[in-house]
Amino acid sequence: MLPDGHSLLRLQSVRVAYDGVEALKGISLHVNEGEIVALVGANGAGKSTTLNAISGILPLRAGEMEFLGQSLVGRRPDEIVALGITQVPEGRQVFSEMTVLDNLRMGAYLRLRRRDRAGVREDLERILAMFPLLDERRRQPAGTLSGGEQQMLAVGRALMARPRLLLLDEPTIGLAPQVAHQILETIARLREQGTTILLVEQNVLASLRVADRGYVLETGRVVLEGPSEELLRNRDVQRAYLGKDYEEV
Amino acid sequence: MDGSGLPQFIATGITQGAIYALVAVGFNLVYSATGIINFAQGEFVMLGGMFAVTCYSMLHLPLALAVVLPIAAVMLVGAGVHYFTIRPLRRAHLLTLIMVTVGVSVALRGLAKVVWGADAYPLPPFSAGESLSLAGANINPQSLWVMACAAATGAALTLFLRCTLQGRAMVACALNRRAAQLVGIRVERMHMWAFALAGGVGAIAGSVLAPIALPSYDVGLALALKGFCAAVLGGIGSNAGALLGGVLVGLLESLGAGYVSSGYKDAFAFFVLLLVLLLRPSGLLNVPTRREER
Repeated sequence: MLPDGHSLLRLQSVRVAYDGVEALKGISLHVNEGEIVALVGANGAGKSTTLNAISGILPLRAGEMEFLGQSLVGRRPDEIVALGITQVPEGRQVFSEMTVLDNLRMGAYLRLRRRDRAGVREDLERILAMFPLLDERRRQPAGTLSGGEQQMLAVGRALMARPRLLLLDEPTIGLAPQVAHQILETIARLREQGTTILLVEQNVLASLRVADRGYVLETGRVVLEGPSEELLRNRDVQRAYLGKDYEEV
Repeated sequence: MDGSGLPQFIATGITQGAIYALVAVGFNLVYSATGIINFAQGEFVMLGGMFAVTCYSMLHLPLALAVVLPIAAVMLVGAGVHYFTIRPLRRAHLLTLIMVTVGVSVALRGLAKVVWGADAYPLPPFSAGESLSLAGANINPQSLWVMACAAATGAALTLFLRCTLQGRAMVACALNRRAAQLVGIRVERMHMWAFALAGGVGAIAGSVLAPIALPSYDVGLALALKGFCAAVLGGIGSNAGALLGGVLVGLLESLGAGYVSSGYKDAFAFFVLLLVLLLRPSGLLNVPTRREER
């Protein structure tokens, strides 16, 4: 389906600045179809900024972004969703006063505008089957759900757009270890179903364990990249990010 | 006022209250989508009335057309207000944007004075006919029009926001702007539509009110303030609350003018506003937190 030699997503020397500070100083990365790619690094390294640049929320100062061989530069957020990239934002950001069902329907906003009602209804049932906890609470306002349930709702809402590439921003942050584990299992399951995922995580160990490849970001630059096992064995990664994690696990 | 006594005061109060309710519904609409309290809402009502009388007495259009055209015209004004004043400041704080709408209201009032002068213009009632006599009160047909328009507009907008995709999307924008963007809603465009619809609702109020109270360039301010009282009283964001709040403010004003002193007519509404703000200040202070920090 993809032209030869093309990744699903490719970023080339992407620079992004906001409030006068350059947050991304030339990021290059790619995501192949069917992969889980992890973006790891400390706070302020530019992980979320990268996702927001891809989603069209932050404008590029320089560089090139391509999805399926088409440039993403200068496109509006809704155009990027329509192309097949959906982001699950950090902090879940569910529509708290809307019901679970309404949140999921909103995820399919662009498809509903195209009157794909049958397809949306089908996906709604599929996603509720995938997250039985959400199904039980389908008529409850999203704000009344627990943190883990809200995260599942945010993922479900993003899936309602039928993305080819899912951007996940800190999906386990603030969740109890057991719940975080469930979320990571969900991510692995999504990949089995054919969704490509770009994952941003503060939990370096856990994210590299589910990911195929990873990029290590430091102050707006990629300082390391490679297959996950390689990164996990890397001395610098172990020293900088995993010291604490090893004790916790 | 033909009748006298309590029934008449109640009838007058409900009519006036229905107008305040329509203004409050306009407040709700912009607030529901953007979190902004649009103080130019009163000017939308004034413009609706002024456009209607202009279409009718200067352009000699049929009455029905003279009432419907201003709705489209003020919708355009509403969209323009968003495009030229709110949109360029989209990164500004909510309170800044609210202040901007106060400025817009002053500007629109000034413009109207330049265009139409300081005179008031008449518009005939929508339907001819005798006043209805009910329990000792005389209710003229235009009052019924006012009440029907308020109820219908409130119900239609509630249905729109609750049951249609674009209505839900508009609500989503207010609940969480970032998330709305990420599901593919064009937030700025939704905000523009909210202002346009608020303009349309304002125009409906303006032209249905014109046969009762002659519109002039400066009617907007008092309407906005009392509509705001109604919106706050009913709980801002709720259209059923707006109808209730509007009628309460209207009744209080009419009964106060009748039994206490007509000199203090305007003061009663503001007294209620003060009471609400004192007893339920959370209703107002909640405004900025409805939106996530950016």
